[in-house]
Amino acid sequence: MGKPAIVVDNVSIKFNLSKEKIESLKEYIIKMIKHQIQYKEFWALTDVSFTIEKGDRVGILGLNGAGKSTLLKIISGVFKPTTGTVKRYGNIAPLLELGAGFASEYTGKENIFLYGAILGYSKAFIKEKYDEIAEFSELGEFLDVPLSSYSSGMKARLGFSIATVVSPEILILDEVLSVGDAKFKKKSENKIKSMMTDGVTVLLVSHSLKQVKNICNKAMILDKGKLIAYGDIDDIAPQYEKMTE
Amino acid sequence: MKKSLENFWKYRNLLKELVKKGIKLKYRRSYLGIVWSLLEPLLQTLVLTIVFGTLYGREDKTFPVYILTARLLYGFFSTSTRSAVKSIRSNSGLIKKVYVPKYLYPLSVVLYDYVIFLISLVVLFFTSMILGVHPTIYLLQAPIALLLIFMLSYGVSMIMATIGVFFRDMEYLWSVALMLVMYTCAIFYYPEKLLESKWAFLLKYNPLYCIIDIFRSSVFGRLINMDYLIYASAFSIITILIGCVYFKKEQDKFILNI
Repeated sequence: MGKPAIVVDNVSIKFNLSKEKIESLKEYIIKMIKHQIQYKEFWALTDVSFTIEKGDRVGILGLNGAGKSTLLKIISGVFKPTTGTVKRYGNIAPLLELGAGFASEYTGKENIFLYGAILGYSKAFIKEKYDEIAEFSELGEFLDVPLSSYSSGMKARLGFSIATVVSPEILILDEVLSVGDAKFKKKSENKIKSMMTDGVTVLLVSHSLKQVKNICNKAMILDKGKLIAYGDIDDIAPQYEKMTE
Repeated sequence: MKKSLENFWKYRNLLKELVKKGIKLKYRRSYLGIVWSLLEPLLQTLVLTIVFGTLYGREDKTFPVYILTARLLYGFFSTSTRSAVKSIRSNSGLIKKVYVPKYLYPLSVVLYDYVIFLISLVVLFFTSMILGVHPTIYLLQAPIALLLIFMLSYGVSMIMATIGVFFRDMEYLWSVALMLVMYTCAIFYYPEKLLESKWAFLLKYNPLYCIIDIFRSSVFGRLINMDYLIYASAFSIITILIGCVYFKKEQDKFILNI
């Protein structure tokens, strides 16, 4: 057994789905007096436990609403689990739905510095890597244009370039490889593969089994918030194919 | 404690970037740019001077300086707290996707407004020079007021940022509350008459008024009122404590409400 990169232990998360969203103070006070605030509990994940070893590339499979993105958000620290713990060893670069941290009035160049800071890197470090990022994104003179005039593919390219150039130890990819044109898709897959030889741990959410097979050596299947299978990709893939039939 | 300090150190670059972004974007699409932060208080003071000075028949030549000292402090307090109410929600896209210490958002808002506020003090300097309010040794007291106004705004901002997540109408309620604060700060009238009436508490227990009075004393060359200093300091520190504890307690719930 290798060293653990991520240890998820008995993680469950509960959301309170209020039947109607209460957003104003007036409504809240009236409803509180009338005892009308009701919540419906919803467990997005129940008792999920697993260990990912360093260098593993794990594909997370599951139907819509199975809790895949919630799991990634718990791992990257955005959500706090209701019960259970998550331990991470190494720095994480989340690439969840690209472009989340971008400021639309900022130019591409300014966004590189902002996004780098969001990922927790120092200015000197980003400066050092700037040329590499600019080159990989292939944005050229668009780097001096505000992001509001970028296409979604261009934003995705920029985000991917920043998150991967900084060589994180754990890379989290949430259906990001499906954006961009075929050429860039191939380029980014190659980039991930080259990072894999450096021993980066990858977590990938994708609906494309082909892509998961292509990148990952392990996979897990989530169904209605439960982990129902975790193991080598060759064992999991047929099971998932059966599920989606 | 040690861990949160380490965390803050790790994200200090982000704080710097967020402050820079706020300043840069505030005036990006306007022709005059940062000049607006000088022009705005100047024009407002002009209007207030005409209405409450000339039209009320006041002869005092230094009245514009009197207004400006208060107007600048109040302006910073109101803009920073008002943007703080929205600070978590306007960054919801980011909060939902990447882990970043959340207190950085209200903190960055207050900080960049503070930088703009400090720049706008240039207006006060020149207005005072032109109207003959010359600096004295008492001006050395001014940093006390500048520190206190930052502390007060930060404390209130943390509270407002937290409430703002759960109740969207806080934004509008706070604007109304700010108007009340403005009228009880003696920005464009002399406080003496009010201070002698039974309504004196409106000024005396208004921490913003206390800070304004400290600042005015420094500019007009008087010793500051010690009662005001003690009261405003205590109020600011307690507000910061309440704000930080409340924010910390509620911050894990933010994500479910934005």
